[in-house]
Amino acid sequence: MDVGSLVHDRPDLGRFRVHRSAMVSPAVHELERQRIFDRCWLYLGHESEVPNPGDYARRVVAERPLFFARTRDGELAVFHNTCPHRGALVCRTDRGNAEAFRCFYHAWTFDTTGALVGVPDIEGYGPDFDRGEMGLRSPRFDSFRGFVFVCFDRDTEPLREYLAGAAEYLDLVADQDPGGMRVIPGSNRYGIKANWKLLAENSVDAYHTPFTHRSFFDYMAGAAGREAPAAGDRRGFGRSLGNGHGVMENDAGYGRPIAMWHPCYGEEARAEMQGIKDELIARHGRDKALRMCEKTRNLLIFPNLVINDIMAVTIRVFQPTGPAGMDVTAWQLVPAGEAGARLRRRLDSFLTFLGPGGFATPDDVEAVESCQQGFRSGGVEWSDLSRGMHREPRGNDELQMRCFWRRWRSLVAGTPYVEQYERGLTPGAVPETAPSPELTAAAD
Amino acid sequence: MATRPAPARPFAAGLPADPASLLLQHEVEQLLYLEARLLDDWDLDAWLALYTPDARYVVPTTDLPEGDPRSDLVFIDDDRDRMAARVVRLQGRHAHREYPWSRTRRFVSNVMVTAADGDEIEATAAVAVWRFRGGESAPFVGRCDVRLRRVDGRLRLCRKRAVLDHEALSDHGALSIIL
Repeated sequence: MDVGSLVHDRPDLGRFRVHRSAMVSPAVHELERQRIFDRCWLYLGHESEVPNPGDYARRVVAERPLFFARTRDGELAVFHNTCPHRGALVCRTDRGNAEAFRCFYHAWTFDTTGALVGVPDIEGYGPDFDRGEMGLRSPRFDSFRGFVFVCFDRDTEPLREYLAGAAEYLDLVADQDPGGMRVIPGSNRYGIKANWKLLAENSVDAYHTPFTHRSFFDYMAGAAGREAPAAGDRRGFGRSLGNGHGVMENDAGYGRPIAMWHPCYGEEARAEMQGIKDELIARHGRDKALRMCEKTRNLLIFPNLVINDIMAVTIRVFQPTGPAGMDVTAWQLVPAGEAGARLRRRLDSFLTFLGPGGFATPDDVEAVESCQQGFRSGGVEWSDLSRGMHREPRGNDELQMRCFWRRWRSLVAGTPYVEQYERGLTPGAVPETAPSPELTAAAD
Repeated sequence: MATRPAPARPFAAGLPADPASLLLQHEVEQLLYLEARLLDDWDLDAWLALYTPDARYVVPTTDLPEGDPRSDLVFIDDDRDRMAARVVRLQGRHAHREYPWSRTRRFVSNVMVTAADGDEIEATAAVAVWRFRGGESAPFVGRCDVRLRRVDGRLRLCRKRAVLDHEALSDHGALSIIL
């Protein structure tokens, strides 16, 4: 099955297109499970979600139930959420604090490091029963600047190497407060009836912003008493960050709690926000601080993690549930030192745009579901992602989507991943071939 | 530990069985029914007019029903200005999830007056909002806690907190309507 044929990548011709069966085929979905989600580093959670010994939180990552915890010694631990005895879920609540984890089925008990510390009626087991081998199992995991990832493949490169250029962009978020960042309580959990890759694209797509989100800009302009910005007004660029990660970094077309004042925050916030900016300049120097304050960053970490540092900071992760479905969870990340009016300003800023009840996210959900429905129409085989191939990539071009797809193709097709520079590139090393019928067979 | 929404405060010793209480119960129910009808009819200007100038409309997230908008992530935390902006957005052509509008039907029941203190009244109700659009149908089910105030002899809404019972908005994708 030549799955690589689903992506046609011809910088020499200014052509980049993705066959729509990549978004509807059950065969492709199964390949993605094996070759992407069982191989890549996947976002699990943030260390601030389990600050104290015994704290835990559970997750489903790539359809696998997992949970992570802070041990009695303050270390981070990640576990497969299954009892080594007979399989029952050990952690059955979303979050909490525990002295130990006890499986409700036969009451086997594990300490916060996962060690098996209690077995009822242990005399029933023979001399070869090794309690040391019956602890909770951990997947491979690692943490970078508080962001915790898991990987189900022993051979994948270390996390820091995997993150490549995305690490710099995680720094730009993590450095916003001397005390670090924290995830606040409450998360957005919603389903989208669309292929997960459409949300990956949408999350780093500035081309759609002034059109799809016009009502948001009208609202912000109304709050500021001025006209909404015209399409293409925001300057910026898109970047490939290596390994399929990408970013778009643009001038903010709205206020940012860290720290770009906008009339919607009110005159009384002006001096305080200048203070935030001054502190950042003192700590990071003018260039980095102004970049942190006045630019927005939409970061896509391959395959399914998005960190948007826009009118607030959101962590969004999406788990495919089939070729045409995904579960989305989004959290809000705030500077640990923010409280009172400053925190409320940020929380309010988040809600203007983001989340299922915001003034923009519902429109994105509608857009990607609309694409998925449109695929059923047939008549058009390929989706176009060539925008900006002929020029230095701008913020509303599609370079950051193409680097996602190039990495996708290399993983599902098992071909080497080569970082490409689009301009001045030698003509396409990958020949364009027609996808085979088994790939183009649409889902029911 | 699973967090559970705090039950609404019971009216001290229950709502007395006297004519004034019956009248109050009737008034509260009629206002909630009117609100439901106006929302189902997409008569959003009339809906907004049911609210006082200091109104607040809050929807906590599904995983944190007790969420406080001052410190936690919630779905919606609107003051009167943003309620008005929400109305403008939903009446335009650029709220794409609701253009064209979905069809909705709200069912309000289990209405209980939970507190009354002079002109301010608190009540709670069970709500189910069915939404139909684009071949999809999904109900929003939850509890609605409201605070009402008598203004110039008429009851108006000044707080509404809609607490969803769903574990996630798996079938909805968004909260594109007003609950």
